[in-house]
Amino acid sequence: MLTLLFDGVAYGMLLFILALGLAVTMGLMNFINLAHGAFAMAGGYILIVLMQRAGWPFLACLPVAFVITAAAGALLERTLYRPMYGKPHLDQVLFSIGLTFMAVASVDYLVGSSPQTVQLPEWLRARFELGSGSWQLGMGAYRLFIIVACVALALGLQAILARTRFGSRLRAAVDDSRVAAGLGIPVNRVFLVTFAVGSGLAGLGGALGADILGLTPTFPLTFMVYFLIVCAVGGTSSITGPLVAALVLGIADVMGKYYVPKLGAFIVYVLMIAILLWRPQGLFSREAGR
Amino acid sequence: MSAASDRTAAARLLAPSRWRAWEVVLWLAIAATPVVLGGHAPLINEIAIFALFALSLDLILGYAGIVSLGHAAYFGAGAYAAGLFAKHVMPDPLVGLLVGIVVAAVLGALTSPMIVRGTDLTRLMVTMGIALVLEELANKFDNITGGIDGMQGVVIGPLLGRFEFDLGARVASVYSLAVLFVAFFLLRRLVHSPLGASLQALRDNRLRVSAIGMSVQARLAVVYTVGAALAGAAGALLTQTTGFVSLDVLEFHRSADVMLALVIGGAGWLYGGLAGAIAFKVMHDLLSAITTQYWTFWIGLFLVVLMLVGRDRLFKPWRWFKRAGGVR
Repeated sequence: MLTLLFDGVAYGMLLFILALGLAVTMGLMNFINLAHGAFAMAGGYILIVLMQRAGWPFLACLPVAFVITAAAGALLERTLYRPMYGKPHLDQVLFSIGLTFMAVASVDYLVGSSPQTVQLPEWLRARFELGSGSWQLGMGAYRLFIIVACVALALGLQAILARTRFGSRLRAAVDDSRVAAGLGIPVNRVFLVTFAVGSGLAGLGGALGADILGLTPTFPLTFMVYFLIVCAVGGTSSITGPLVAALVLGIADVMGKYYVPKLGAFIVYVLMIAILLWRPQGLFSREAGR
Repeated sequence: MSAASDRTAAARLLAPSRWRAWEVVLWLAIAATPVVLGGHAPLINEIAIFALFALSLDLILGYAGIVSLGHAAYFGAGAYAAGLFAKHVMPDPLVGLLVGIVVAAVLGALTSPMIVRGTDLTRLMVTMGIALVLEELANKFDNITGGIDGMQGVVIGPLLGRFEFDLGARVASVYSLAVLFVAFFLLRRLVHSPLGASLQALRDNRLRVSAIGMSVQARLAVVYTVGAALAGAAGALLTQTTGFVSLDVLEFHRSADVMLALVIGGAGWLYGGLAGAIAFKVMHDLLSAITTQYWTFWIGLFLVVLMLVGRDRLFKPWRWFKRAGGVR
């Protein structure tokens, strides 16, 4: 029971890191980027390639995955994404689905379509157990590591958002980008940095979670739905909304798969539809009251 | 005097709804394809079904402006309804088609209240969610639907009690084309009716339409139901002409493909659905003949280029070198 909860929290934190970039870009530029999962997949594959072919240690691969996907995100933002900002949502959706298709086929071509597994280092394969009986809490070191890393990242991001000059610019731009631009905030540059960091976070999340989520070339398509659920349910105006949504989703998914395995993702989808019908703007959106 | 000007005004308003010569020629040519290109009958059948599906999406997306990433829900509902009906009740194809349409329409009517609320993002998510929920349900009740292996033993009786469905798919292609034509004819009437005109007004400016006293929600619900019914017809046709249903009919790629076809052909124009379906299927056939495994890459590339450059500019090369004001 507690073990399941723990696994759910780990899964949810992972989803949060993966989806955060998407939430911010969606809130900031009103851009629906279905290709976000492709960055996560890229991160996962960078980890695999570095670890298996170059023999790098696990921990060293994580920052590299972040940096490379962030650079790729910045490059794509400058070249391909920028012309799409003013276009209707439908065009953006189709454009990013096209990018996703390309990413899926490219990875299939370069690495092959078989699922990849991560050789976790020894110290991450340990297991701790606390308590006994039905309230026993079993913690895998790997999942514990994920939770710790994600909590640290979330706190760090929250600090950046709340304390720094860049954070206040970003918040201003999310609230009302036209007024922010009028006040002399370089909204475009803020967005470029945010997009890059968001992509990098997705890459990092993909690398961190490669073992839990399972890495195949169709990764962006399978998990796209989850990222979108986190953003649509959590709202895009704050960092807390996606966090809560991701945790709820992670716990619901793990519990659902354990107790009613045949229903699979059914519970998650029904929950999403219900929440969206109840609060179309997301659970924690400030616009919801308007 | 005023009666005469009324008449000219009426004539001008009705002008776009009249059948043109080229449309008649086009449909005659389409009707001739199963005879002329008999060897490609399976492909013709597939294109006709896909075109019908694209038409149904064109109605709700192109005319009413409802974005949907889950239109396969109704396609799959029609497909499963027709399959189950043929298997357990009676094998007559026309009655089965009707059952498929009715089931999809009921599902559309039930889900339409969820579509009319919220923003585009909400709508995308909800439509996608509906399709995913149906897929999970079909997967769960695999004793009825056959789950991932598909439904076995769907036997369809002869069309009109006389024409057996053959392996060469000749009867199937004629049947699908006939249903496509009937649907097109009805849709053409619908989009030129007052309801159709109000839908286009609603797509362009929802606030104004509600300001002149028309009920936005009721209209959206009606058109969504009609679109669902047509998608159900397409799904039922697929089941009947292939004698097989599997989870594939509900999958996300089906919703995405039909959206893509419609965008290639151009939404908000009934022939857009037809042209897009033909272009998409032919492109798919050619690409998968060249690279079986990686054809999605080229589809993706095409989509990205199409969206970046814009449909108008890509398909009208004579405008490439002009600084046309209307393009941007």
